[in-house]
Amino acid sequence: MPNFNFPAAAGWQAKIVPGGRRLPNETMSQTKPILAIKNLHVSVEDKEILKGVSLTINAGEVHALMGRTGSGKSTLSYTLMGHPRYKVTAGQILYKGEDLTAMPADARARAGIYLAFQYPVAIPGVSVSNFLRAAVKARRGTELTIKEFRKELREQMNRLEMKDDFLSRYINDGFSGGEKKRLEILQMSLLKPELAVLDETDSGLDIDALKTVAGGINAMTGPDLSVLLITHYQRILNYITPQFVHVMQEGRIVLSGGSELAHELEARGYDWVTQEPAATTDAAVAQALAP
Amino acid sequence: MAAELTKPADIRSIGADYKYGFRDEEKYAFKSGRGLTPEIVAKISQMKGEPEWMLKFRLKALETFLKKPMPRWGNSELLDAIDFQNIYYYIKPSEKQGKNWDEVPEGIKKTFDRLGIPEAERKFLAGVTAQYESEVVYHSIREDLEKQGVIFLDMDSGLREHEEIVREHFGKVIPPADNKFAALNSAVWSGGSFVWVPPGVKVEIPLQAYFRINAENMGQFERTLIIAEPGSYVHYIEGCTAPIYSSDSLHSAVVELIAKKGAHIRYTTIQNWSKNVYNLVTKRAVAHEDAKIEWVDGNLGSKLTMKYPSVYLVGPRAHGEVLSVALAGGEQHQDAGAKMVHAAPDTSSIITSKSISKDGGRATYRGLVKVYKNATNVKSSVRCDALLLDEKSRSDTYPTMEVDEQQVTIEHEATVSRVGEEQLFYLMSRGLTAAEATTLIVNGFFEPFTKELPLEYAVELNRLIQLEMEGSVG
Repeated sequence: MPNFNFPAAAGWQAKIVPGGRRLPNETMSQTKPILAIKNLHVSVEDKEILKGVSLTINAGEVHALMGRTGSGKSTLSYTLMGHPRYKVTAGQILYKGEDLTAMPADARARAGIYLAFQYPVAIPGVSVSNFLRAAVKARRGTELTIKEFRKELREQMNRLEMKDDFLSRYINDGFSGGEKKRLEILQMSLLKPELAVLDETDSGLDIDALKTVAGGINAMTGPDLSVLLITHYQRILNYITPQFVHVMQEGRIVLSGGSELAHELEARGYDWVTQEPAATTDAAVAQALAP
Repeated sequence: MAAELTKPADIRSIGADYKYGFRDEEKYAFKSGRGLTPEIVAKISQMKGEPEWMLKFRLKALETFLKKPMPRWGNSELLDAIDFQNIYYYIKPSEKQGKNWDEVPEGIKKTFDRLGIPEAERKFLAGVTAQYESEVVYHSIREDLEKQGVIFLDMDSGLREHEEIVREHFGKVIPPADNKFAALNSAVWSGGSFVWVPPGVKVEIPLQAYFRINAENMGQFERTLIIAEPGSYVHYIEGCTAPIYSSDSLHSAVVELIAKKGAHIRYTTIQNWSKNVYNLVTKRAVAHEDAKIEWVDGNLGSKLTMKYPSVYLVGPRAHGEVLSVALAGGEQHQDAGAKMVHAAPDTSSIITSKSISKDGGRATYRGLVKVYKNATNVKSSVRCDALLLDEKSRSDTYPTMEVDEQQVTIEHEATVSRVGEEQLFYLMSRGLTAAEATTLIVNGFFEPFTKELPLEYAVELNRLIQLEMEGSVG
């Protein structure tokens, strides 16, 4: 597999600042990529899962990444967050122009990357409120007073239709599928990331919960938040409209297009992608690499 | 007799990371010579002005101690390394007992300041029995307790002022011949607490004692006796911390609890001995008809801890619980557990043990559930959870069941787990460092224990765990 050398994104050199604050002399226009994935190869226990993924997300954009189970979508999300078991063997992940590859998960989080897990783990004995407070402190670099924290928390919890007793429960311990996903989005709303990767946030949600969760996400999107929305089904895209849709297959992005692509996929199924000529793949790569 | 110790030059460098490892100048009114002889035992008894029966009790216990072999379980290698002839068995810091704070000597006050005693006192202490060396130097009881008729004294004063009650119960739950260390304690005991709660009296505020070892090679042998008369309730809290020294210290306490008909005793311990202390403690309770005993026992620190709080359920419907946690770090062995002896029908017991091993530390659960014939309808549940923080640490479980009755329900469950990579990643993906994430997971693991503690102790325990975790996670 050739290792392509891409020219470094010219014209901007944003430094990653703890807490996600931008240095005053940096001007980030809408067209500057917040995330540039270049020919990314990733292995898990010596098995190659991602085989050359390229994808560019500009500030404020919402991208949907679709594909079958096992196509490598979740591998990409874990790799972006820095899971130690996912080894980058070639290629680059540039976040605001800086290579993330050597950065541990906690540093990425503090720099403004967020992953909403498909299967959030339970941590018995650790209450949601203690955890949220510790996470907010880590991300923002300063501790809120209990009063400030409670106020902010209450606002966000109301939006997600969560009850107060949630806070005293242990993280994801005995949570229903819907409760887990709500907690993921609640954390996101408090940590205020600049890049959010939402891994199958729609799975396991009934239609009402899906609307609530999608509403929570929509309330956050805007120029300060870029989203990579990973999903198996088109369903959530009825509530969150992406500017770009990508299709992943066997560790590569094989097709990219606008939001209409999702509807086409829904109508024609993933097999349709497989039957498309290879030229489409090249076009997709070209689109992904476009500045 | 008051021999001055020469301090090894390297004291400061040892355990510099140990938060409570400060050391005050030693000023003692009396310090016995090293070693153990009938003369030293007699001298201790004489200094305390004890009645003759106690002197005889001590001397007989000494004989038993010298005859008894060392236990062949726990950690024989470490036990055999104890040099009984190189230990001071009695040190008296000052002649007089302080009745109020102003009377407490300055150096001792300074130690308590560092341990946060005065704040605790102001906040909610019902009475303080703070043991500095072998003698109680500070002791106060709130007036409402006195009005209720509750006796809360150090053991020496208890013997002087309430000899009949002491004589009736002392050494009855744990006779000197029970084990080698119970015999040793019986021979040279000093200090500890004496609590007597009158019938029907509920003591709403926990009684607290703070213990502290402060001399090199000094054994600490406190002796605690708590008697709850029918229908009464008391919660006793013991918290320990000790400074680091260059050679081993021996701590061997005996704690006897007696809950009479319908009485309820809760005994909470948090121990954070410095990492050279041998902590070999015998704790046992007797629960009569409808009585309830709870041991809440937290073991941090020490080189070797061997401790198995027991409840003898001798009356129908008596209930016993042991909730214990242990944290074993590098070169530490926590050999802890519980014993429940069901000797009457309809008795019930719950044992919950949680241990964490890290940096090559070793945690052992050793427990016994015994059901005698005719103790029908016994219910017992044992649960042991062990958490290993790395590959080189160790955890063992030795549960023993001796059941001589058919009609019983006994459950036993044991788990061993590692700090999950996925849990760690989840927390780190929210910005927490590896150390912060591990601390949170460990605190969560101990939560069933922590939530049983008064808030101040819970906060302190979480802080101690945090200190333990820092530096051990890369």
